[in-house]
Amino acid sequence: MLELFLDKYNYWIVVVLMMIGLYIVIARGNLVKKIVGLNVFQTSVFMFYISLGKAEGGTAPILTGKPELFSNPLPHVLILTAIVVGIATTALGLALVVRIRESYDTIEEDELEGMDNAVVTTERARLGTGDAA
Amino acid sequence: MIAVDHLPVLQVVGPLIAAPICSLLRARNLAWFFTLLVSIGAFLCSIYLLNTVLETGPISYAIGGWAAPLGIEYRVDASNGFVLLIISGISSVVLPFAKRSFELEVPENQHSLLYTAYILCLTGLLGITATADAFNVFVFLEVSSLSTYVLVAAGAKQDRRALTAAYNYLILGTIGATFFVIGVGLLYMATGTLNMADLAARVGPIGGSRTLDVGFAFIVIGLALKLALFPLHNWLPNAYTYAPSAVTAFLAATATKAAVYLLLRFCFTIFGSGSGFLAPMVGLVCMPLALAGMFAGSLAAIYQYNLKRMLAYSSVAQIGYMVLGISFLSITGLMATTLHLFNHALMKGALFMALGCVFFRVRSVNINDLSGIARQMPWTMAAFVISGLSLIGVPLTVGFISKWYLISAALEQEAWVLIALILASSLLAVIYIWRVIEVAYLKDPIPGRTVTEAPLSMLLPTWALVIANIYFGVDASLTTRVARMAAEGLVGVAQ
Repeated sequence: MLELFLDKYNYWIVVVLMMIGLYIVIARGNLVKKIVGLNVFQTSVFMFYISLGKAEGGTAPILTGKPELFSNPLPHVLILTAIVVGIATTALGLALVVRIRESYDTIEEDELEGMDNAVVTTERARLGTGDAA
Repeated sequence: MIAVDHLPVLQVVGPLIAAPICSLLRARNLAWFFTLLVSIGAFLCSIYLLNTVLETGPISYAIGGWAAPLGIEYRVDASNGFVLLIISGISSVVLPFAKRSFELEVPENQHSLLYTAYILCLTGLLGITATADAFNVFVFLEVSSLSTYVLVAAGAKQDRRALTAAYNYLILGTIGATFFVIGVGLLYMATGTLNMADLAARVGPIGGSRTLDVGFAFIVIGLALKLALFPLHNWLPNAYTYAPSAVTAFLAATATKAAVYLLLRFCFTIFGSGSGFLAPMVGLVCMPLALAGMFAGSLAAIYQYNLKRMLAYSSVAQIGYMVLGISFLSITGLMATTLHLFNHALMKGALFMALGCVFFRVRSVNINDLSGIARQMPWTMAAFVISGLSLIGVPLTVGFISKWYLISAALEQEAWVLIALILASSLLAVIYIWRVIEVAYLKDPIPGRTVTEAPLSMLLPTWALVIANIYFGVDASLTTRVARMAAEGLVGVAQ
């Protein structure tokens, strides 16, 4: 049982980080904290890819002329791209949070929902559409 | 000619290079004209490519001259050639419409950047479709998604809820894309390749592997989030409602289509040959969700007072039809899905553009503000009615063709219950389209309000799509031929 954890400890770290990240995204009401959670979630995937390419005792994949055990560089290169994508997502998300704060004066999800729902209620009252669910 | 050989990649790289140039063009008319040129260029490319595919078979292009399993391959066959045509075609029709619409709905100083985001979104969608490399798909998925969030947020001048809609879309979209990339990682772990054809060849011999099955499940769920399959559709209604009208028309007609195409590609080209996981995944998970989406979407649509939101919920239902077509796992089912990709793009594009015309004059798309509007804007409302009939599936419109093939696919498997459900959900569409017709045609105009017909630059693109709705509804020989080739290519029948 213990071996199941120790032999594949990298995957366990990935799974735990992934769940922590998703939990933060779902459970936290603060929009900035949600973005942080999203980052943790994405980082777990980066670690997954990176540990995937590592060969035990392998060297860097540099041509030396003799056959050697080396780590697979492809997942590492892929994840460089994914890191860039992650940064772009974070930047855009935070920019949206700034805009939301400018127009709503809050970044708490429940307060935002309350304000939006109030708008919907007044719209419905003005239109007199009682049938709108 | 040498340039012609490079078209599969130029189609994507062209817009990609054009995007930063567009951001430098500060004059908004110039930026708009430039975007239009890029889009029409991509459209001509896709026409040429699809034509070549139909005559000589799939085109493969190795980027940088590195051959397929090692290098990144771009591959155009009937199915993605068709989707390329849909995306670039809709983009080229929406852009003339977008000019006046953006002038009203978006602050002037944002225009050139907005067009930049538009080109990037186009690039991403075309890239997703053209590439044959699983990781490359992820990169383009994020290019299109990030620019989509920006496009949705641009509706903030009209309604600040566009910001929260864009934020929620960003969170859910990123989770979806990350699920997709986890799935691709697991696939790579099991097979050691990212090229789709190579993946397909290696998945088969491996057969039932836990890693592959989990990877497949991650990919399907990630894509289901992206294509807004019920109950993962929560981001869609708000995003479509609060985005600028032209953006909604473009996204509704293209963005979810690219995701459905990816689902087809992964389900059939890659996993079709191998793991016995496809049938239970699609049969037990996708089919019930598709049916639930058809009804939940249509029922929710009936109760909306904001018409853009009504059409957004209707999109959730229509995506249900597409996924239902996939879940038949038959040639006719796949034809129905492929046809509906095209047909739904035509009808939803036209409907959202008609609403954009209404908003341009009335400054509202709430149903009560449209009282008697058909007398003041007869052409706009006629466009709405015809494309609405197409949405319902009335004969001589494209909607009928989609439903016909969907029901034929159900008939083949003698699934009578499914046929009844498809017809029942079409009847729900009658209800929500009729609500609009009743208010617009039968009620008296709001007294004292003088509204004139929408400008021609908006009306003509709308009617172009309406006429396409009728044309391809009367003569469906071209679309069905392409759809049959696409379906046979996907399941691997000799092309």
